[in-house]
Amino acid sequence: MTFASIIIQLLNGLAAASSLFLVSAGLSLIFGVTRIVNFAHGSLYMLGLYGAYSLIEALGRTPFGFWSAVILAALAVGLVGIAIEVLVLRRIYRAPELFQLLATFAVVLVIKDIALFTWGAEDLVGPRAPGLSMAVEILGKRIPAYDLLLIAIGPVVLGVMWLLLTRTRWGALVRAATQDREMVGALGVDQAKLFTSVFFVGSVLAGLGGALQIPREPANLELDLAIIADAFVITVVGGLGSITGAFLAAVIIGVAKAFCIGIGTVTWFGFEISFSKLTLVVEFLIMAVVLVARPYGLLGKPQAVQRIAADPVPPLTAPSWKIALVWVVLLLGVPLVADRYITIMLTDIVCFALFAVSLHFIMGPAGMVSFGHAAYFGLGAYAGGLLLKRAGLPMEAALLLAPLCAGAFAVVYGWFCVRLSGVYLAMLTLAFAQISWSIVFQWDSFTGGSNGLFGIWPSAWLAGKTTYYYLALACCGTGIALLWRVLFSPFGAALRAGRDSPLRAEAIGIDLRGFQWAAFVLVGALAGLAGSVYAFSKGSISPSTISIGQSTDGLIMVLLGGVETLTGPVVGAAVYTWVRDAVARHTEFWRAVMGGIILLIVLLFPQGLVGGLKALFLRWKEARA
Amino acid sequence: MLTRNNLLAGTAALVALALFGPAGAQTPIKIGELNSYKVFPAFLEPYKKGIELAVEEVNAAGGVLGRKIEVISRDDNGNPGDAVRVAEELLSREQVSFLIGTFPSNVGLAVADFAKQRKVLFIAAEPLTDKIVWDSGNAYTFRLRTSTYMQTAMLIPDAVKLKKKRWAIVYPNYEYGQSATAAFKKLLKEKQPDVEFVAEQAPPLGKIDAGAVAQALADAKPDAIFSSLFGADLAKFVREGQTRGLFKGVEVFNLLAGEPEYLDPLKEEAPEGWYVTGYPWSEIKTPEHTKFLTAYQTKFKDYPRLGSVVGYATVMSAVETIKKAGSLDQDKLIAAASGLKLMTPFGMVEYRSIDHQSTMGAYVGRIAVKDGKGYMKDWRFVDGKDALPSDAEVLKMRPKN
Repeated sequence: MTFASIIIQLLNGLAAASSLFLVSAGLSLIFGVTRIVNFAHGSLYMLGLYGAYSLIEALGRTPFGFWSAVILAALAVGLVGIAIEVLVLRRIYRAPELFQLLATFAVVLVIKDIALFTWGAEDLVGPRAPGLSMAVEILGKRIPAYDLLLIAIGPVVLGVMWLLLTRTRWGALVRAATQDREMVGALGVDQAKLFTSVFFVGSVLAGLGGALQIPREPANLELDLAIIADAFVITVVGGLGSITGAFLAAVIIGVAKAFCIGIGTVTWFGFEISFSKLTLVVEFLIMAVVLVARPYGLLGKPQAVQRIAADPVPPLTAPSWKIALVWVVLLLGVPLVADRYITIMLTDIVCFALFAVSLHFIMGPAGMVSFGHAAYFGLGAYAGGLLLKRAGLPMEAALLLAPLCAGAFAVVYGWFCVRLSGVYLAMLTLAFAQISWSIVFQWDSFTGGSNGLFGIWPSAWLAGKTTYYYLALACCGTGIALLWRVLFSPFGAALRAGRDSPLRAEAIGIDLRGFQWAAFVLVGALAGLAGSVYAFSKGSISPSTISIGQSTDGLIMVLLGGVETLTGPVVGAAVYTWVRDAVARHTEFWRAVMGGIILLIVLLFPQGLVGGLKALFLRWKEARA
Repeated sequence: MLTRNNLLAGTAALVALALFGPAGAQTPIKIGELNSYKVFPAFLEPYKKGIELAVEEVNAAGGVLGRKIEVISRDDNGNPGDAVRVAEELLSREQVSFLIGTFPSNVGLAVADFAKQRKVLFIAAEPLTDKIVWDSGNAYTFRLRTSTYMQTAMLIPDAVKLKKKRWAIVYPNYEYGQSATAAFKKLLKEKQPDVEFVAEQAPPLGKIDAGAVAQALADAKPDAIFSSLFGADLAKFVREGQTRGLFKGVEVFNLLAGEPEYLDPLKEEAPEGWYVTGYPWSEIKTPEHTKFLTAYQTKFKDYPRLGSVVGYATVMSAVETIKKAGSLDQDKLIAAASGLKLMTPFGMVEYRSIDHQSTMGAYVGRIAVKDGKGYMKDWRFVDGKDALPSDAEVLKMRPKN
């Protein structure tokens, strides 16, 4: 790279950083005050683009039309944010931690289908910014004038936000709530109003980030998920709640990407290294490095002790043997009476149930939320496939060795993760999952790259769907039983102690970190078992088994069923898999319907399905007594 | 007098009639279709319309084997695991005769392998990957669409003619882009040994940093660019490249960019002079296309996209296979599909018995702009059979069984 190209790529990176910063700043603000992991933030960004497109068409492609459209679109998105907060989230603030994530996930599904319905499937290429459509020559190279404007907008918004947060009463309240929102409430501040206003400002920033992209990016339906992961990464790398940190992180990641592209392919010691392919994962690499070196992000502070808004986690009740036995008999009997497809469906459900139970183990009783649990599921699936295809092992051996491989990865990843806590820990698990995903995705000769592996079918004696269902039931059932048994062992008790009070746990001599690490490895191996059973039931695996989507599905299952119950994850896995299958078969806009169903469950059962039903049952019993 | 016995007897007779009478013979033949409708709606909405049109036409003409046909569609969520499950559902619950459909390469390959395992016919509609008929080909899988290799090969004569030495390449980083790039490099090098590939950019699908990519390509000072971008990535690349002057004096080749799905959103910014493969629907005057076009426009009040042709031709392939087989027996269906010839909106195609690839062709031309819209000019139709490697090469790649 020449000096001139270095400068130009630097400017490219800064321009890309600008919109990323706006979106992440909004996310950071909302998270800081409300502690909501807002999946729908990417959807708000997408709506910003669509809104700006339509408004420009309506107001005309003049400078006035363009800029009023951008501002109006941002404000409209702010109103959508208010609607989400008032109609949905406000009702579930007292639900268990992370439960709101489920609601925002449902909102993503609904908004996506609304956008498809309103704007159609075709990409909408917006106009260039009137008056700024030309390029400016810098060091003999051309760069769009609009990019230079974007570079300026980032710091301006940062400045405005800084003034708002430090020089206004609203800003003081936001900062106070970020630190201790119970105290703010105790001092007589109307929390509902504060939360709504924060949601409005955060959403306006997301919408503005989107609307400003319209000359650079066609409005399309993939934008929501494309940006949300990046926004979370930037928020966490910068340090939660730190707007300046978000700006810094956006600049670092934007510039790093631009330089990966600028460097292109280089040859070192005879090896060809394509930096351009690194753009797939560079933000997650940066996040992993930052979090390992600085557990609270670049400018973040250790999170103040958060008095939990929800009621304390109720103790778990061990499942009764009699009920468990009834279920086992029922499940064993299904293939005798049901049609073939139900057996196939149940095989899927059984795999996901173990996946969900292993995630619940780590995020519920062990208190370590994982956003990247698919890593172990997918690596287990790939290990099974690779042991069969590349190592030539018999299928039975491959199936049973796969969990060990997944566990081995958990040994490494877990060692780093248990050093963090809260959302930082969750994001580090995501970083490891994404790094694993990108390696699997790129390593064509070994893992089959983006195509994945196929032709990994079970041995002849297991090939029948009913036989395989019994195998899946045996493997996953044993896994679930093992995890549940461990929860009520001294080891499980120690983990729960560590979740509820790390300080006291350490004080009575529990080696908390060691225990958490062991828990990580255990659930990693069992998620790997679920993955390997899943892979052999399908005959093929693709990188999507390690993807963010798979991790999210796991979270949805756990939260849907109820994170504070033991059997919730199993019920969640069954209901989610079954409903999605049924809905997708019967309706065109199945995503919106699915989102609607989840929202309904969220509003009716803020403790999850099992938690909610349990509460209903208790109330009924009380009424009778 | 109406007694209970009479009533029962009458009902029994009606039931018997329904089960065994002539009405029973009229139950439609079910064909299972799966695709990633929600993941690639821009291509697949028109595709679905193509399917509907084909089903309507076939049934209006009396169906096949004396029965009507019914296409049962499922969304596979763009995910091989889900695809295998819905394929199972179609086979075991809906009792479909065989499978058609799929869009992304990984889903197509997973379903192809599943078809082999279940020993059922699978006609892959859209996956472009070469592997589905070559490296990972199997006896049960057939593929309609002009593959990555074929479309790349169709552009090669023009690329060779230009005698450009320095080529830069940009492609979406997954199977389709990777194999397009590999095929292009190999084929061009064969014809023009002194060619030099000066830069290669592989942005993630749907997430191109277009400004940085355009700049990096410009820095390599190429004479020509080969791109396999499409969709939003293509639109971003075109705009950044134009603003930054990347395309000045540089010839650009872009697979798929002439398809209405990807060309039309560019509107007046469609990059003039690019060599592309695509579908100039308004200008094709063959009788088979005119018939399709008229029927499509009458039914949907919209013009067809390439997806429409693919959906339509897939169903027609399925129907012709059944007709030729004269039964729904899998072995007979496979035998019939192998070497099947049928008329499509793009003319006659043949599913080659050597590798089960259809010879469906594609249109090659250059992009021009008229009335604020991009279109293909100087186009020509290239028959698929002229863009395939030699039989010896195909046999070497395809596993024998």
